[in-house]
Amino acid sequence: MIPNTTGERVDDALATTGEHSLSTTAERKAIVEAPGEAPTKDWVIVTRGLKREYDMGGEIVRALRGVDLVIRRNEYVAIMGPSGSGKSTLMNLIGCLDTPNEGEYWLNGTLVSQMSDDALARVRNKEIGFVFQTFNLLPRATALHNVELPLVYAGVSADERKRRAREALDRVQLSDRMDHRPNELSGGQRQRVAIARALVNNPSILLADEPTGNLDSQTSEEIMKVFAGLASQGQTVIMVTHEPDIAAHARRVVVLRDGLIASDDRRAAFAARMGL
Amino acid sequence: MPFFEAIRLALSQIRVQKLKSFFTLLGVVIGVMFLIAVVSIVEGMSRYVEEDFAAKIIGKNTFSFRRRPDINVGNVSDETWREYSRRPRIYEADVAIARGALPPGTVSAVENTTFAYANSQYGRPRQVQVIATEPDYFRIKSYNLTNGRLFSPQEAQLGTPVVVIGTEVASHFFRGLDPIGRELRIGGNTFTVIGLLEKQGNVFGFSLDRMVIGPYKSTLSRVTNPRGDIDALVVQAPTREMIGDAMESVREVMRGFRRLPPARPDNFALETSDAALSFFDELKGKLILFGTALPAIGLVVGAMVIMNIMLVAVAERTREIGIRKALGAKRRDILSQFLVESATLSVCGAAIGIGLGIALAKVVAAVSPLPASVAPWSIALALLVGAGVGIVAGMYPASRAARLDPITALRQE
Ligand SMILES: Nc1ncnc2c1ncn2[C@@H]1O[C@H](COP(=O)(O)OP(=O)(O)OP(=O)(O)O)[C@@H](O)[C@H]1O
Ligand SMILES: [Mg+2]
Repeated sequence: MIPNTTGERVDDALATTGEHSLSTTAERKAIVEAPGEAPTKDWVIVTRGLKREYDMGGEIVRALRGVDLVIRRNEYVAIMGPSGSGKSTLMNLIGCLDTPNEGEYWLNGTLVSQMSDDALARVRNKEIGFVFQTFNLLPRATALHNVELPLVYAGVSADERKRRAREALDRVQLSDRMDHRPNELSGGQRQRVAIARALVNNPSILLADEPTGNLDSQTSEEIMKVFAGLASQGQTVIMVTHEPDIAAHARRVVVLRDGLIASDDRRAAFAARMGL
Repeated sequence: MPFFEAIRLALSQIRVQKLKSFFTLLGVVIGVMFLIAVVSIVEGMSRYVEEDFAAKIIGKNTFSFRRRPDINVGNVSDETWREYSRRPRIYEADVAIARGALPPGTVSAVENTTFAYANSQYGRPRQVQVIATEPDYFRIKSYNLTNGRLFSPQEAQLGTPVVVIGTEVASHFFRGLDPIGRELRIGGNTFTVIGLLEKQGNVFGFSLDRMVIGPYKSTLSRVTNPRGDIDALVVQAPTREMIGDAMESVREVMRGFRRLPPARPDNFALETSDAALSFFDELKGKLILFGTALPAIGLVVGAMVIMNIMLVAVAERTREIGIRKALGAKRRDILSQFLVESATLSVCGAAIGIGLGIALAKVVAAVSPLPASVAPWSIALALLVGAGVGIVAGMYPASRAARLDPITALRQE
């Protein structure tokens, strides 16, 4: 069951924001309530009763206590919640960096919650683009080489790699910084390199855990513009953030509390509630 | 990840930390250096023995037909000695039979030799190596003259008392003089010097320039073989492959001539340079064994240092590993990245060691009587050993890196 605090009010203004393409609560509910059933490919992410527990020397920490999350292709979703609510844990599961103790996770219609390490590595390489708070670029490699990295593991030839990496850097307006190393770039530029790297494999989802956490507000806005541009081109984006005004850039806002989804709103409803 | 990519990555890693990399490699560098130096010196000695020793003392592609082996490897038992002394001596009749069996193209010369005192009016008596032989002997041994002439077939036939002498004989008995035409007395007979051999040098301290060579039919044979027998018939085949055939022909005809029933062993010896070389091979084996023990210790220490440094590298680059895994690197990719890195590191050390080893061998060859010769196979071996050490040393660190959990790795500062 997806807890939902608001109804399905259709707002005319939403048509211009892309919210008209959002999945409805009813659609999502129908999918969650069919355990074991493979969703159609249109539903990029489907989790049913996802649980993740950490054993801290006898004391069990329940980071996720049964998360049902359904995301359709082309959605732009923000995940919010207080510190320790399980946002990063959920992102790690969605990003196939971690596996749940319990529950199902379907990515693009494929059950990935029980896959082996190497199979998950392949899924990460093909389906997922990561953007981290701390950028996580290789410090000694140039921007171009950092962006090439996912293609190296995809087995793409060197020429093709260079071509696609240049293209991706072009998309984030960094063509003139290709040969710079991370320490020769500003925070905003580094994050744009990371976005280019996340996009280079044409992933089905772009995952960002606090992408603006290390940036000032002006640079954050810049990065949000990049995300908005990608979303409008049809890229599925899932972003974790603390800041309501950053979350307000997404079309849908999921709030976690104590390892459970507390609310799942359209942007307008969320903004109204937050008084933005 | 493609292999070439991994090597490029490894080299850039080494370039970043040149000094640290160098110290890491010290063990491998020193190990390989000594390996190359030892192998080069042993190889040099072995070339020296095969080319100089075998060619000068025994002759190229030659064997000798004699009563008993001249060169004995190891200890000869009393019983063997008794058997040797029961053997019949070799006389001209035997030599004639043996010669008759030689295939066309072979060259032969009798060789009677002993050490005897010689004297002249210019120098005190001194021991020389006396050789009574035939003209072809010079060809078989590749002895060339710097002065004068060889004795002619007529002189050989007539037993004219003429001799060809080595450089040390000339400088001792005719100091400061032209020896040609002067007289040398050996065993109460007087010989005229007609030729001077070019300098032969020495083999393992044994001088080859103290020879006096004269016709076998001259009175020189009374000095070497008072009983009138013959020490040996030296035979040179045109090629190495033909030695065996020539030897078999001689064996067959001699057994027939001496009426040896099939069950009886030969009562003569057919000796090739192999006998001498097998003795050296044994020595060479021991030298290599001993000479590689030291480098082996260096390599073991080197491997341990590399393993340690790779563990540090894995710890320092945990975050990098996390990033790579997040982007899709499989265990195998991370494993091979670190294995290639440690192998490349170690091969670089081996390459430096090869350079230093060659230099060391050259230095040793320059300051000592030991010769040195760098064998191409030893360079290939050293590179292979380098790669092997790197892979063995990198195995544990690389597998640790490959098994890292991506989330834990990413969280590292
Ligand atoms: N590796 C771990 N071992 C043990 N406990 C963990 C581990 N990772 C997370 N937790 C615990 O799980 C809970 C959720 O953590 P998580 O990192 O998902 O929170 P978050 O919502 O991302 O918080 P923040 O906003 O501070 O980043 C926390 O109580 C945390 O202490
Ligand atoms: Mg977090």
